[in-house]
Amino acid sequence: METDVKLTKLASCAGCGAKVGAGTLCQMLDGFKAHFDENLIVGYDKSDDASVYKVSEDTALIQTTDFFPPIVDDPFLFGQIAATNAISDVYAMGGEPKLALNIMCITDDMDKETVRQILKGGYDKAYEAGVIITGGHTISGAEPIYGLAVSGFVHPDKVLTNSNAKPGDVLILTKPLGVGILTTAAKADSSLVSAELLDRLYRQMATLNKAARDIMVKYPVNSCTDVTGFALMGHSFEMAQGSNVTIHIDSSSVPYHREALEMADMGMIPAGAYRNREYAQSGVTKKADIPLALEDIFYDPQTSGGLLISLPKKAAPAFLSELQQSVPDARQIGYVTEFVGNSILIEE
Amino acid sequence: MSTVDARGLSCPEPVIMAREALKSNESSYTIMVDNTASRENVARFCRHQGYNVDIKANDGEYTLEISK
Repeated sequence: METDVKLTKLASCAGCGAKVGAGTLCQMLDGFKAHFDENLIVGYDKSDDASVYKVSEDTALIQTTDFFPPIVDDPFLFGQIAATNAISDVYAMGGEPKLALNIMCITDDMDKETVRQILKGGYDKAYEAGVIITGGHTISGAEPIYGLAVSGFVHPDKVLTNSNAKPGDVLILTKPLGVGILTTAAKADSSLVSAELLDRLYRQMATLNKAARDIMVKYPVNSCTDVTGFALMGHSFEMAQGSNVTIHIDSSSVPYHREALEMADMGMIPAGAYRNREYAQSGVTKKADIPLALEDIFYDPQTSGGLLISLPKKAAPAFLSELQQSVPDARQIGYVTEFVGNSILIEE
Repeated sequence: MSTVDARGLSCPEPVIMAREALKSNESSYTIMVDNTASRENVARFCRHQGYNVDIKANDGEYTLEISK
């Protein structure tokens, strides 16, 4: 539905582009006291997608939260995208999401039906994911915000962290990039992005990473994360650093929306992309002469992006072939070696 | 020569203003912004439109001299 008040006009920053830079977060959290607990499998220290706590020999609890201002004007779609994005962190840990709480901020300009449609979108995606929304918290404020705090479960031995990529792995990305640039262009001038492309972007952002996760857990995957606000470069950088390896990106194999190239050249680049560049660029070496616009796409914050999966090369053909039946945009985008000089090498 | 003051605004607003201004097709413009993302984006846009861009920084503010 379209309402009189444009949701995106109420937001100063769209979707995951609103995320505070990774470097800034690290500085703010530095030096805080935290209890040591041997059952805490994944905590803050590895910059992972969610925390994981072992509750018994065969069960670990996954907790995560994600929320952001509207990236689209349709409130139902905004709810769907925000929920899809929040639930994704559980999939990125190899887990099954189970419970969620709404996190919401509404403005005085929003009517009841708009708020209801946002929530309805969230419930719709939660239902599809097998998640029960059990409550939440809503405040009023200057900008609309919606998202979820999500809990899920995983076997403690099957947790997929973002810091266990191994030399000899290949990397697979399940959704095409360019969402941040194209939604920024659409926000600037709706005539810059065709309705057909926008519709594809919206459907992509509202597609759960459930299918990719359900297939991934059948294969010997070493490491996984989802590519969201910190972009392909930021999330790859975290994976490479955490795993103490070098990630080689085959720049010509990375899936992205071609239209984002021209929009990047026109300066339709979200501020988050510049923050991501600042955060990750010291860890990136360009071995290939790629256009600046493609580089921008690699630093472009993705809202509800795909999974970045690292698994042994010999398992990749069967995995990719099964994956592409449900997730046709999935591509092999690079490989992993021992650390050779820098965290990320961008190659031809 | 037109001047565009996009200080205090965040992307994509400054690029939208630059785009509007350049429609008058003059040979030079001055565009003021106050953050690096806007500086880069406005410069990218103007170069893409065939203009030369000269950037002067002053205490967190940037003046972009755009000329053909």
